[in-house]
Amino acid sequence: MALRFFNYIGSSVIRLFSLIGSFTIFVLNSIKTLFSTKLKFHKFIVQSERIGVNSFFITIITGGFAGAVLAIQSFKGFQKFGGEEFIGPVVALSMIRELGPVLTGLMVSGRSGSAIAAELGAMRISEQIDALKTLCIDTYQYLVVPRILAGIFVLPFLSLFSMICGIYGGYLIFTHILGLNPDTYTSGIKEFVEMWDVIGGLIKAAVFGFILTAIGAYKGYRTDGGAMGVGIATTQSVVIGSILIIISNYFLAVILFGPG
Amino acid sequence: MIELIDLKKSFDDKWVHKGISLVIPKGQMTVIIGRSGQGKSVLLKEIIGLIKPSSGKVLVDNVDITKLTGRALQNMFKKFGYVFQFAALLDSLTILENIAITLLENRKSLKEAEPIVKEKLALVDLPTNITNKYPSELSGGMRKRVGLARTLITNPEIILYDEPTTGLDPITSRIIHELMFNMQQKLNITSVVVSHDVEIFNYADNVALLDDGKIRYYGQAKEVWQSNNPYIYQFVRGLPEGPIKTEVKS
Repeated sequence: MALRFFNYIGSSVIRLFSLIGSFTIFVLNSIKTLFSTKLKFHKFIVQSERIGVNSFFITIITGGFAGAVLAIQSFKGFQKFGGEEFIGPVVALSMIRELGPVLTGLMVSGRSGSAIAAELGAMRISEQIDALKTLCIDTYQYLVVPRILAGIFVLPFLSLFSMICGIYGGYLIFTHILGLNPDTYTSGIKEFVEMWDVIGGLIKAAVFGFILTAIGAYKGYRTDGGAMGVGIATTQSVVIGSILIIISNYFLAVILFGPG
Repeated sequence: MIELIDLKKSFDDKWVHKGISLVIPKGQMTVIIGRSGQGKSVLLKEIIGLIKPSSGKVLVDNVDITKLTGRALQNMFKKFGYVFQFAALLDSLTILENIAITLLENRKSLKEAEPIVKEKLALVDLPTNITNKYPSELSGGMRKRVGLARTLITNPEIILYDEPTTGLDPITSRIIHELMFNMQQKLNITSVVVSHDVEIFNYADNVALLDDGKIRYYGQAKEVWQSNNPYIYQFVRGLPEGPIKTEVKS
């Protein structure tokens, strides 16, 4: 019984380190390819469109409603001591520093990270990736790098729209539902929000773009086991991508905005 | 010439190849036969370098392909063409783009590539009006021929065929076999074919039988039906009894 337990623990640890090692090699190969070969610009544009344009609607919807909910919830607390002027800064800082990038990362991970894993996974099991290799085509340059770069490039833009929609959603609630003065909302934002908050939020979004596309591409590229394997890779890309986004968000928040 | 020397391969604890040694002569068609799940496709991928063996050597013109990585391996791929079991055409590209992909990646325009693609399509007996179609719009036999045309675009010295007639009707299978034979004769290509189809013996030069991780028979294709080797005797006649173990007994 004890032997079986230690065997399970040991094999799980080996599997985990094997996964980390394999992913690290995958990322290093992608970086090496990025700097040693010419970027497939057309493919980069196509991927940017797939990740960016196609995720635009869900991003602004989630951002807008997140801002609106934040305004309503914070009103309940702030009205008790007459601090309604803080609702604007709270909504804006939450959207810019946290909710904009994180919600965008999670939504795009579910939509585009999974699509990348499924597409590359299907290519792997139907031997299309092997076919590209035998035709002397660098599969990292052709398939992986354009997707990862597109994620890094597009996520900050999507995140920016999410932030704007969130702040505007909060504004609509503040003025139309709660019936408060619009100037109170905007003047608080001007006072408390700094340019570094926006830059920090966009840096976070770029990191999340890297995480979700790199995980999606890795899981798809390494798929095995037929149609079931594609399903597993797709699910894992969303689960692992989302967890890594949440965990890295904490460390990025500490690094970019300090622990206080 | 391709030479396999004591090739061994395992996946986790399962040994697929237990020491394969085989010489594949230049300019000839060598067929590797065997029951399903014996690692024939894995062997083809080891020959081209897509899969690394656990031990042993694969010498292609005296260069050990198992030691090559990166650019050196990519350069070695230039000698090879690989026709995949289900053609492995890229779904998102048209037939023209599929066949021309190597040219397009080497900065040729579609316009420049088109006449070369049409020439290769003619070589595999396909009409040139399919260039704007997508792989899903073609039949299985046509897809396999497009796969062969894509392979021919790089003018390979060696073509590896992975079960080229699986899933095809007998007439289409025969057409594909004749096409492979004609290619080999016309272009003096070294062909290695993995197949279950005994019809291929009519076109091949040599036959190797792979069973339980080892080559159990190697000889000329024209002598296969006369051979007394118990493995090849059982296999070509489809006998359930013999040295080749079967999971399903009648």
